[in-house]
Amino acid sequence: MGLPPYATLGQRIWYYSFRVICGLIFFFLVAPIVVVMPLSFNAQDFFTFTPEMLRLDPEGYSLKHYRDFFTNPQWQLALKNSLIIAPLATIISVTLGTLAAIGLSQSHVPFKGAIMAILISPMIVPLIISATGMFFFYAQLGNWMEGTLGLDKGFVGYVKVILAHAVLGIPFVIITVTATLVGFDRSLTRAAANMGAGPVTTFFRVQMPLILPGVISGGLFAFITSFDEVVVVLFVGSASQKTLPWQMFIGLREQISPTILAVATILVVISIALLTTVELLRRRSERLRGMSPG
Amino acid sequence: MAEVMQAADGTPLKRSLARALRRQKMRALALIAPLLLFVLITFIVPIASMLFRSVENDIVANTLPYTVEALADWDATGTDLPPAPVYEAMFYDMFLASEAKRHTRLGTRLNYETTGMSSLFRQSGRNMDDIADLSYEPLEDLDDAWDDGETWYALFNTRGVSDTTLLDDQRKRVARLSGAAADAEINFAPDAEVSALLPLAAREYTAWAVFVATQNNRDPAERDPWESVAPALVTDLQRADLSGYVGPAADMLRAAQQANLPVPDFTQEFGAMDEDWASLEPWQTIQTHSGTYTSGYFLNAIDAQKTPDGVAWQPEEKQILLTLFGRTIWMSLLITFSCIALGYPIAWLLANLPMRQANVLLILVLLPFWTSLLVRTSAWKVMLQQQGVINDVLVWIGLVADDGRLIMINNQFGTIVAMTHILLPFMILPMYSVMQTIPPSYLRAAKSLGATNWTAFWRVYFPQSVPGIGAGSILVFILSIGYYITPEIVGGTKGVFISNRIAFHISSSLNWGLAAALGTILLAAVLVLYWAYDKIVGIDNVKLG
Repeated sequence: MGLPPYATLGQRIWYYSFRVICGLIFFFLVAPIVVVMPLSFNAQDFFTFTPEMLRLDPEGYSLKHYRDFFTNPQWQLALKNSLIIAPLATIISVTLGTLAAIGLSQSHVPFKGAIMAILISPMIVPLIISATGMFFFYAQLGNWMEGTLGLDKGFVGYVKVILAHAVLGIPFVIITVTATLVGFDRSLTRAAANMGAGPVTTFFRVQMPLILPGVISGGLFAFITSFDEVVVVLFVGSASQKTLPWQMFIGLREQISPTILAVATILVVISIALLTTVELLRRRSERLRGMSPG
Repeated sequence: MAEVMQAADGTPLKRSLARALRRQKMRALALIAPLLLFVLITFIVPIASMLFRSVENDIVANTLPYTVEALADWDATGTDLPPAPVYEAMFYDMFLASEAKRHTRLGTRLNYETTGMSSLFRQSGRNMDDIADLSYEPLEDLDDAWDDGETWYALFNTRGVSDTTLLDDQRKRVARLSGAAADAEINFAPDAEVSALLPLAAREYTAWAVFVATQNNRDPAERDPWESVAPALVTDLQRADLSGYVGPAADMLRAAQQANLPVPDFTQEFGAMDEDWASLEPWQTIQTHSGTYTSGYFLNAIDAQKTPDGVAWQPEEKQILLTLFGRTIWMSLLITFSCIALGYPIAWLLANLPMRQANVLLILVLLPFWTSLLVRTSAWKVMLQQQGVINDVLVWIGLVADDGRLIMINNQFGTIVAMTHILLPFMILPMYSVMQTIPPSYLRAAKSLGATNWTAFWRVYFPQSVPGIGAGSILVFILSIGYYITPEIVGGTKGVFISNRIAFHISSSLNWGLAAALGTILLAAVLVLYWAYDKIVGIDNVKLG
């Protein structure tokens, strides 16, 4: 949509000012995230650029906030918890979610609308409401597990948070995997069955490789949901299950420490890596299914 | 006559097909069932438990069962205090509740409705022993054996025919009061003859025995009962006919009856303990909120209250929650409009650029979308602070004096800016996907027919992009009215939403019923909006990334 050579002066002015406006909005979108990164190398405990930093003086920069993150037991506990909870929650939601998505993609499913509504509901209901409901119910569930089953208190705490996070990730798995299954050619499974493969072999050798990109990106969504989730953890978990977002939230609300910016930078790098992975998977999936890459 | 079509195994084709279809359905359901069950248990049941919490109110009837029963006939709108039996029932209920340490919970609950109830209950609980002693001490002076637990045990324990109804009732009373099961084995059963003769004393003794046996794991035969059995016994002796009684402690009972020991005047004692008990207010509160289910929390959630005369509204200046609901909606609308204003040009640009360039720019939209919410919130805290990046830049340019730094955080401005940034991708993505489907030839056609740029855009392009705006707006609005984290960190006191109030009631004020009612109202609002979204866009069109 270039500018035609016969454009009037007014059109030219509008054309360029529109680009400037869009540039400013993009700046608004990206600037806060970009600003965090250099600040995390601040040698001072400030949340702003020091004169040394502006002069690009190496004295003004240091890795001390990163060092703090990797040595402070509070942050290490939070990191450890995040790395325990998010993968386990993801495994649960991906396993159950993929099976259900395959079931839902069959042609004759009774009550499909209602089932879909229930499965998607954790995404629809605002987190604060899910957290409130879970707060009431999971406390009783925890008491029951500790009292009747005699399980360890810390273990029960993890189970509660993992279950809560798994259910929050399920809608994302359902949505991405059903979307992938829409383009799945059913005659492939029939052909496999025709050649003597049982349903299990067909699933693992024919269907799974083709829908794998959808499953992985659904899993990544579920992972990021759990990894980034703080409201439910605050309500359902206790201090020994605190995750990275919890520690950041406490840090932002109470004692402000620039270590948060170091953590934020690490998380931004991780999210860039995840974004790239999902994008590559989407393209691969579309190529595999013979769609034009979009 | 047409022959019936048959499958290979000889069954009619129609039946064979129906069976295959049924099997297919079963297989699909079997695949879905585990997840459905999982979501039902871990998500739907918790939400249902929240809905239940918002109307549940069995604490009054569980803690004060006999008082609620006795109060039922009292006219709360009149000017008379409740009759003597109410005060009597209150004494026994309160005595047991304070022994079980449950009276303060009820005080806290009723304090949500009438201030002062909490301290009234806490203090009264401490004074119950003093009232009981008014009967216990004279009884003890009469015969030292009354001070001995064995006397009481021998008197009330069964001698063959036991009163199982009484025992079951008291088990239920203790279980409901303490919220823990009370069905453990007990080395005691009330004797039917004595419980007919001395009903009140048998009731209180049984309640004590059940309590110590099931909650404290003690043998009632070896313990002394609470003092509350004394006033109960004295009350019973006033009308008991002991002439035919030959069981244990028969002589002691006759002697006590002869002595005509005084029954405490509960009405007077309660009034002396705290003058509030001699006023109508606590009784009105108890009676109004004695139902097992209540609309009280919902009324509180909209700044109203249940009173004996019907629903009363809080005075205007105290209507915190309605103000908060109004602010939540108003600020969510502002956020939605800023998202439309900022998102529309971007979506238009993305939809009209060549694919390769658009994909590059799309990454700039997706990067914030994928970045952790807390990272973005902390970034805004860094940007907006008084010693933050924006103020530094403004001071450096010279637009703002160093001592006149702008206050952009801990107010509504902070919340609106940060949330607009956080929700903007949710506006851009649906708009972009709608705009991609609008053929650019329409605009060219309009222009070639003589329309100016503006007319062509406003009359031809814009109407076709409205579905995208609608989809994005509803999505952003729904997400923003339920937001908690960002307002909590950058909103201060003026920029918080109803969700922050819910969190406050869950973790600080512990008024869980009110939190549940607020959550239910918010949930209803969100579901209505989603229903609208489904009608306009279709839930199936939700796309990610």
